[in-house]
Amino acid sequence: MIRGEQLSKSYDNVTALAPTDIHVREGKITAIMGGSGSGKTTLLRLLAGLDKPGSGHVWYGDEDLCAITDRRLYELRQSMGMLFQYSALLNSLNVYDNVAFPLHEHTDLDETVIHTMVSMKLEQVGLRGFEEMMPSELSGGMAKRVAFARAMSMDPKIVFFDEPTSGLDPISSGVISTLIQNTAQKNHMTSIVVTHDVQAGLAIADHVILLWQGRIIAKGPPDAIRESDDARVQQFLEGRPDGPIPFSRSTTSYIDDLTHRPGTVRLES
Amino acid sequence: MTDLSIKQSALAVFFGQLGRHAMRGIEQLGDGTMLGLNALTLIFRRPWQGKHFVLQMQALGVGSLVIIVITGAFTGMVLALQGYYTLAKFGSESLLGAGVGMSIIRELGPVLGAFMIIGRAGSSITAEIGIMRVTEQTDALEMMAVNPKQRILLPRIVAVTLAVPLLVSLFDVVGIGSGYIVGVELLGVNPGAYMGELIAKITMHDIYGGWVKTVVFGFMIGMICTYMGYRSEPTTEGVARATTQAVVVASVGVLIVDYILTSFFL
Ligand SMILES: Nc1ncnc2c1ncn2[C@@H]1O[C@H](COP(=O)(O)OP(=O)(O)OP(=O)(O)O)[C@@H](O)[C@H]1O
Ligand SMILES: [Mg+2]
Repeated sequence: MIRGEQLSKSYDNVTALAPTDIHVREGKITAIMGGSGSGKTTLLRLLAGLDKPGSGHVWYGDEDLCAITDRRLYELRQSMGMLFQYSALLNSLNVYDNVAFPLHEHTDLDETVIHTMVSMKLEQVGLRGFEEMMPSELSGGMAKRVAFARAMSMDPKIVFFDEPTSGLDPISSGVISTLIQNTAQKNHMTSIVVTHDVQAGLAIADHVILLWQGRIIAKGPPDAIRESDDARVQQFLEGRPDGPIPFSRSTTSYIDDLTHRPGTVRLES
Repeated sequence: MTDLSIKQSALAVFFGQLGRHAMRGIEQLGDGTMLGLNALTLIFRRPWQGKHFVLQMQALGVGSLVIIVITGAFTGMVLALQGYYTLAKFGSESLLGAGVGMSIIRELGPVLGAFMIIGRAGSSITAEIGIMRVTEQTDALEMMAVNPKQRILLPRIVAVTLAVPLLVSLFDVVGIGSGYIVGVELLGVNPGAYMGELIAKITMHDIYGGWVKTVVFGFMIGMICTYMGYRSEPTTEGVARATTQAVVVASVGVLIVDYILTSFFL
């Protein structure tokens, strides 16, 4: 139901994403995985319509996200949620008001109903009782869980998760993964999950996309990815430092850098 | 290279830079105007932002009261003092009220008031919006189907546009009042003369002129400070630079526009 067609994005001289086709299936969990800087967040923001693609189109059904009116875009977004990599909680509002924000904005529900809904969402992420705290008083992991609760507060049809479990302890991380999986099944929610966490990603996803340097190097159901004979995929899954994917992305030689910079190491010849 | 060609290339570099700066300025002017007007058209679109407008009036307007009263008071006092010594030389101390009132209502109130509001409210608008960009709060609003131009920019532009005339009116009253205290109570000008000349010499035209200025200044401050924040580079330095720039551009803008308006209206 969401289709990216030849999507690309560059910043100045960096190609963050090479032209990419992507198909997100309705009611399923699509995991986008890949190393740091491989273009996951870039792709997610394009799919969510937060950035304009350098080329290509994003289709929601038969609507082109770049061509629709603002009004229609905001209408679509009322049934979307997004968890940002760095939480992006509204600084001036406490935890309760952050989670209740979409409900206050877009529904006429009674405050008691909203209160019940917010409590429920906070309970799910283990933060009931923290309603009065301000975002600046939360730890990174807590902020992320509040952001998760906020993304889910309208029971959205489509949710974008940018690293929902990074920065969380293993238990919270397990809880969040399970929550995504359960909600997806129960509410027929379409989820796009960006993650570094290979095991969690493979465990919950119906469909996996593996990115490397702004390109898709593998896609398919988790089993197909696990059994891929592409050496790059195997290296990523096993987390091996050596292999076809170099760890360092520097383009100059390390030893040259050390010896040719003035005032640094000198090697006697 | 000969001396001449060095000179020529230095000139070329100089004018090249100058040209680039000018182009960038014009680009920003266009971009900023578009952004601000875009936000302003959303005034007619639901959901209404009345509540947020009131909150901004409170934060920006009420928040600037103290500084406006203080600067208004000292401006009036120093004007009375200076004016008294100048007028005394010609034996026309009785004109003190008219002199203080005229200067404050026509020039000093709008301009100094605008400066204070730029420093107090304008800079905080830019910094706040810039930080919202850096921390992706504006993107979060977008994804929650709330238009940040309508929610964040619009109420601030409107609030500043209305707050400046109100605050400057207060500045004027406080300035004239404190001028009275210095002139009449300390320097012994006749109270009847102070108020009488003030009322006789100042016309409604002066007052309207002052108001027109304040509304224009307020609108400019709102447009510049929201634009600088919204388009600031999303880094810590970017926001810091944008805040400084907003204050400089808005202040210089106020002075330039003040001259243009004065030459038209007064
Ligand atoms: N605003 C920007 N300006 C310039 N370059 C950018 C910008 N955003 C991303 N990039 C570049 O685009 C590339 C992809 O970035 P992206 O944020 O999509 O990576 P990512 O896969 O989400 O990484 P991580 O897992 O570390 O979050 C990187 O090389 C990055 O330097
Ligand atoms: Mg990322």
